Amino acid sequence: MSATPNASPTVRLLSPEGVFAPSDSAAEFLPYLDRLTEADYRRFYRDMVVVRRFDTEAANLQRQGQLALWVPSHGQEAAQVGSAHATRPQDHVFPSYREHVVGMIRGLDPVDILRMLRGVTLGGWTPEDHGNFHLYTLVLASQTLHATGYAMGMQLDGATATGNPETDQAVIVYYGDGASSQGDANEALVFAASYQTPQVFFLQNNHWAISVPVTRQSRTPLYLRAAGFGMPGTQVDGNDVLASFAVTAKHLDDARAGKGPALIEALTYRVGAHTTADDPTKYRDPEQLAYWVARDPIVRFRSHLQGLGVEQEFLDAVDEEADDYAADVRRRALDIHSPEKAVIFDNVYAEPHPLIQEQKAWLDRYEASFEGGDA
Amino acid sequence: MSDTIVTSTTGPATPTTATPATASPATAERVLSGTGTATLPMTKALNAGLRQAMRDNPRVLMMGEDIGPLGGVFRVTEGLFAEFGDKRVLDTPLAESGIIGTAIGLALRGFRPVCEIQFDGFVFPGFDQITSQLARMRNRHEGGVSMPVVIRIPYGGHIGSIEHHQESPETYFAHTPGLRVVSPSNPHDAYWMMQQAIASDDPVIFFEPKSRYWPKGEVNLAESGTPLHASRVVRSGTDATVVGHGAMVSVLLQAADLAAAEGTSIEVIDLRSISPIDYGPILTSVEKTGHLVVAQEAHGFVSVGSEIAATVMEKAFYLLEAPVLRVSGFDTPFPPAAVETHFLPSPDRVLEAIDRALSY
Repeated sequence: MSATPNASPTVRLLSPEGVFAPSDSAAEFLPYLDRLTEADYRRFYRDMVVVRRFDTEAANLQRQGQLALWVPSHGQEAAQVGSAHATRPQDHVFPSYREHVVGMIRGLDPVDILRMLRGVTLGGWTPEDHGNFHLYTLVLASQTLHATGYAMGMQLDGATATGNPETDQAVIVYYGDGASSQGDANEALVFAASYQTPQVFFLQNNHWAISVPVTRQSRTPLYLRAAGFGMPGTQVDGNDVLASFAVTAKHLDDARAGKGPALIEALTYRVGAHTTADDPTKYRDPEQLAYWVARDPIVRFRSHLQGLGVEQEFLDAVDEEADDYAADVRRRALDIHSPEKAVIFDNVYAEPHPLIQEQKAWLDRYEASFEGGDA
Repeated sequence: MSDTIVTSTTGPATPTTATPATASPATAERVLSGTGTATLPMTKALNAGLRQAMRDNPRVLMMGEDIGPLGGVFRVTEGLFAEFGDKRVLDTPLAESGIIGTAIGLALRGFRPVCEIQFDGFVFPGFDQITSQLARMRNRHEGGVSMPVVIRIPYGGHIGSIEHHQESPETYFAHTPGLRVVSPSNPHDAYWMMQQAIASDDPVIFFEPKSRYWPKGEVNLAESGTPLHASRVVRSGTDATVVGHGAMVSVLLQAADLAAAEGTSIEVIDLRSISPIDYGPILTSVEKTGHLVVAQEAHGFVSVGSEIAATVMEKAFYLLEAPVLRVSGFDTPFPPAAVETHFLPSPDRVLEAIDRALSY
């Protein structure tokens, strides 16, 4: 716990009690709040509540045998909702595998995520039809390099840094404190700095890589690593949705304006398990969990909204919408169909490959040989 | 590397030399024009193939270590930086996973990156991105994206170099679904196969036999004559068939010469493609000879040679008059160069295997 939201450099706009009380370090990010309307505030709250409810529903589906695995995002809603709303339509988003609400904000149907975790597809969606939200990447930090290459391509295409923020493109890539130790994460920072890519590295420090604490990954706050690569680094209170938005909006706009990449470390907490196969009671101090539960991002923003005078009817309506949303997801998740066996062979190659064709034909013949028999 | 390209023509076509490095990409001028042949080393043939692909398609990019102003440690990309500039010839940071991983991102963006790995033994830092990401990206996207990425790897022994500079790691990639793996044995194939590989919408691991970089050979400028993944009979014979790829093909041809002097007729097949393997010419040849020897510099255990031996026995058991035999590098690390001639399959070791097969 060397770095907590109480550490002085952390950009924070809302106190844990939901009072607007910007940290000194927040000054340069405050102007970005002017972009938000009251409707945006309501939307932020709604998105956090809906994904928390969705998360519970998905975990239930896993417990009931409907999913092979579930990857909870409980506790990280503000980091994800704030950063996702800072993107523009022309941007490209490279997630890891826990950024469910980022995908939803970019236009993804979360049932597509469930399809992958149910084992009916290795991917689940077409990024270009879903807000340029790229596929989940399960090997830690691999996507940081894909994102960097994509951002290099934006530069080569002249699709960024023209001076028009409405069309200039940028990339945001999500990864975590565990992935920050991977070679690929570091090579991505090297390449991004070298080519000055239009890119934001959004590192969610949720303090745990399955059972290994962030202190094993790094003896220094992770945002400080940015300086070693030659780019700006900002630590933000990831449980403060407004701070997550403002910090990401500034760095994304800088990126699209040709000022190069930046690293954001969002301090947050994985309240739930790593996945439904995990048991955090075996390795976590209950007091640490309690500390973070007391800093719940949804509770904090609800208090803030209430302080602004948002009516209780709205908050109740959001809860109701979240329940409906989860029920709808459940209905449709149970209706996910298994693919035909042809998916084994199709799309391994773009062009015909004799070995694959031969094996596909063989499997058809083999399985057809049982037809009419007892099998 | 001071060889100049010598061209000749069989007809009235205009004789040409290498295109000046300052030519504009907008001209789309042929790098090697004419309809006859050019005589040049594999390095220059590869260079011409790369240059042609870059002129033909503005989305083709070069990426790698030292490939820019230097032209690569083997000078295969020489002059490309001068012709196409730093937006299309990217000297990268020294990180193979970074090169492959960013190439994947560029391919998602619609580029066709050609990555140079400086030496065979240096591909492994990029192995995860190649096998877990590049090879599977299309499959994971259910066909929604293509990965037209070429990874060039100078490979193999015979050059007397130090550790990690003489290896033959092609089996690792041939074992990975989603990749295509090829290796030319001569300048003609190098020129055409490079262009075919870049035109492929699948990732292609392109193994360049270092020891064949410098001998000159004729390049037919009019046509490749062979698809990328076809194997080809390069010497006809009747007593036994030998199959190999890359630098091994010249070893096999030497063995065939020696055998001919002793009255044995050897058919030599250049595999050219390791994944997929084109079994047609191999099976046709075995039908004729009844004897098959597969040769490779790579370790023999779980190798391309093993795969060919198994497949030919499955498909042509009754055509065989002897077991399929393998001649391979030993199942040891590539040794110190001082003893590499004992490690690498030589014409004599190929002949020894042929003799065993014929006397079975």
